[in-house]
This record gives sequence, structure tokens and C-alpha cells, in this order.
Amino acid sequence: MCVSALPPQSASFEELAIPLFDQLYNFAHWLAQNREEAEDLVQETYAKALRGFSSFQQGTNFRAWMYRILRNTFLTSRTGLNATMTVPLESDEDGPVAPLANTQTPEAILIDRSNQNLLQSALEELPVHFREILLLCEVEEMSYQEIAETIAIPIGTVMSRLSRARAALRAIVRQKLQKT
Amino acid sequence: MACEQWQSQLDTYLDGELAAEPMRALDAHLRSCPACSADVLARVQFRRSVKAAGARFAPNPDFRSKIQKKIGSKSRRTWNFGWIFATSALALLLIAGAVTTYLGRRNLRQQQLYSELADLHVATLGSANPVDVVSSDRHTVKPWFQGKIPFTFNLPELQNTEFTLLGGRVTYLGQSSGAHLIFQIRKHQISVFILPEASSSQILSGNPGVQRQQTFNVESWTQDGLRYIVFGDASPDDLRKLSALLKSAARS
Repeated sequence: MCVSALPPQSASFEELAIPLFDQLYNFAHWLAQNREEAEDLVQETYAKALRGFSSFQQGTNFRAWMYRILRNTFLTSRTGLNATMTVPLESDEDGPVAPLANTQTPEAILIDRSNQNLLQSALEELPVHFREILLLCEVEEMSYQEIAETIAIPIGTVMSRLSRARAALRAIVRQKLQKT
Repeated sequence: MACEQWQSQLDTYLDGELAAEPMRALDAHLRSCPACSADVLARVQFRRSVKAAGARFAPNPDFRSKIQKKIGSKSRRTWNFGWIFATSALALLLIAGAVTTYLGRRNLRQQQLYSELADLHVATLGSANPVDVVSSDRHTVKPWFQGKIPFTFNLPELQNTEFTLLGGRVTYLGQSSGAHLIFQIRKHQISVFILPEASSSQILSGNPGVQRQQTFNVESWTQDGLRYIVFGDASPDDLRKLSALLKSAARS
């Protein structure tokens, strides 16, 4: 389902990077949670990527490379450092996924697009490591391999973290639906 | 396989990341299991909602143009510098190559021309009749060339100088006809070639003053569309004096 983003040989930085602008900004805003910081993040990402473009290996995944730069920039920012204080150790994620997480039938939490605000606030409440992996998979439609490259984790961890992230999102949505 | 076991794979299935064999098996199960099919449908709709909710923030147009301008100008500039450098380097190489070739050819042609002049000079002096018009009188020599060469020229007054005019003959150089005059200073005989400023003589341009060529001394210049070549074994000083006389005669 996920589109690969292998750039053509010897494409210019501008040709490759500008088409990613909107989605990178969206991702940055989700991470930083405010416009000003998101703009700083994107600007810094583009500046770093432009400087490092000569070291980027043509033929490898440019999109994953850009997202990785943005994500690393975020993680070293103050907001990023605060947000990741709660990230679990990777080893905790590698174990088998709790059966409940995947067997929760989402039918009960079927929401339509008019209920977007509820879903958006649920996404905001997710811990950042769940939020980012869900966005990369669902919004950016990245493959597990691309996600693994972007976040720098093994594919097995991508699968288990995604599963937990989905379960966590459903749980929050369910809670919110019950309240309303 | 029980439905619970399939359900743990439904998200991976929808992500398109299931291996080929389990994918086929799950496809088959979904066709026969309404509960799992409904589950898949619900998950698909949930994902669509997440996707729509996730695509939430759009960049400010001002911010977009700011970044675009930065990236555009920088990457273009970088590219342009690279391009300009490469083009300049290539152009310099080509120019250097062309100049070297041109200078090489020009040098070769010059050597050929000097060699030809030396042959004419030596052959003429060694001949039993070196000149066709034997006269020291410039008023005799100059009219003799009328109708024989396609131009006219002035000869200097040699009274009160060490030079003597021995005579002249028609000569041919680079497929054009010209005047070959023989002057004498002391025991030395000097050839003066006067030719139309044709292609063969143009290759001598840019070499002012007396030069040493083919063991002879040579001075060459152009004046009023004519190429003058003073050629002989006399000293450079003598050649310079004779050249000065010819130049002033041509001006008068």
C-alpha cells in the first residue's frame, strides 16, 4: 500500500525536496504541536538536507531520508526531548502483542469523517512515538521498510509498535465516544 | 484456523505487508467468513478516517514561498556554479587547445614562408642574372614593374646613405606576384620583397622588429596594404636602417 520514493538518478535537491514540503510540514506540525515550531523544524530540515545532499546516495529512499532528518531535528529540540521522555525501551515493544490489542473489534468505534475533531484530538493525546508511526503508515502510506529506515528501528519493532499504536488510538477514541 | 488467529494479522494484511502465502490463505478465509470480512471493512473505514484526520495541517503560503525561494536559489546557485565552472573549464581547455593548434599551425606556416624567402633570396643572388632590371636608379626600377605586378610602390632616395639599389625582378610568393628588390650595403646584399597583403604574408604579422630566421635577419611590416619583407645576412642594424628608409619612402 505504501509508495516507494526512489528518486531518479542525478535529480536536483529542489526537484526531490519541494514535492515533499506539504507532507513534511504536516508531520512536523503533528510532532511539534504548534505552527511556529513546526515551521522552524521544516526550515531546519530543509537547510540540513540541502547541506547534506551531496552525501545522500542517489537511488536510495529520499523520502525516508528527509523524514529521518526532520524527526532527528525534532528529537533534539526541547519539545522533542520533553515528548520522548515517555518512550518505552525498544525491548519492551518486541514481545508478543497483547491479544486484546488486535482482537478489539473496531466496529464499536466506527466514526465517520464528520467526527474528525474527535479523531484528531485522540491522535494528539497519543504518545509521540505512537503518533509518528501511525502518521507515517496511515497518512504517508510508508511501507514497513520505509518506516524502519525513517525511525531507525527493525521491521519487527515497526510491526509491534504499529499494532500498539492502533490499539492505543482505538482505546482513546472509545473513551471519547463513551464520554459524548 | 480460528478467526482470532486471523484477526491478529488483519492490520498487516491491510498494510499490504503480509507474505504471499498467508495473504492467499487470509483472502480465502475472508471470502468464507462474514465476521472477519466485516472486521476488515471496519478497519478500512477507521484507517480512512485516521488518514483524513492526520492530513490536518497545511503550511502557510508565505512560509512555503520562503522555503521554496531559499531552496531554489541555493540549489540553483550551487548547480549554476558547478555548471559555470565545468563550462568555463571546458571552454578554457577548448580555447587553449585551439590557440595551441592555431599557434602551432601559424608557426609552421611562418617557418615554411621564411624558408621560401630564404630560397628566393639565395637562389636570386646565386643566379647569373639576379635581377631583371639592372639599375641603381629608383626612377628606372619603379616604372619597370608597371604592368608586371598588380600594385605600385615608392622607392627611397638612397643618396647620402650606405645603401645601393642593384635592381629588381618579379617574384612569386604564396601564389601572388610581387617585387623583389636587391639592395647592397658594403658587401652584403639584402632582398626586399614587396607583396600584396595576401594570405601568405599575413602570417608574418605581429612580429615587429628584426628577427633571426633561417640564419638570416628579417624585418617585416605592412604599409598601405602592402607587405614589406627585408631579408638578408646584413646586420640587424643595417636591416633596420633600410626598413626605415623604405617606410618613409612609402609614406611620401
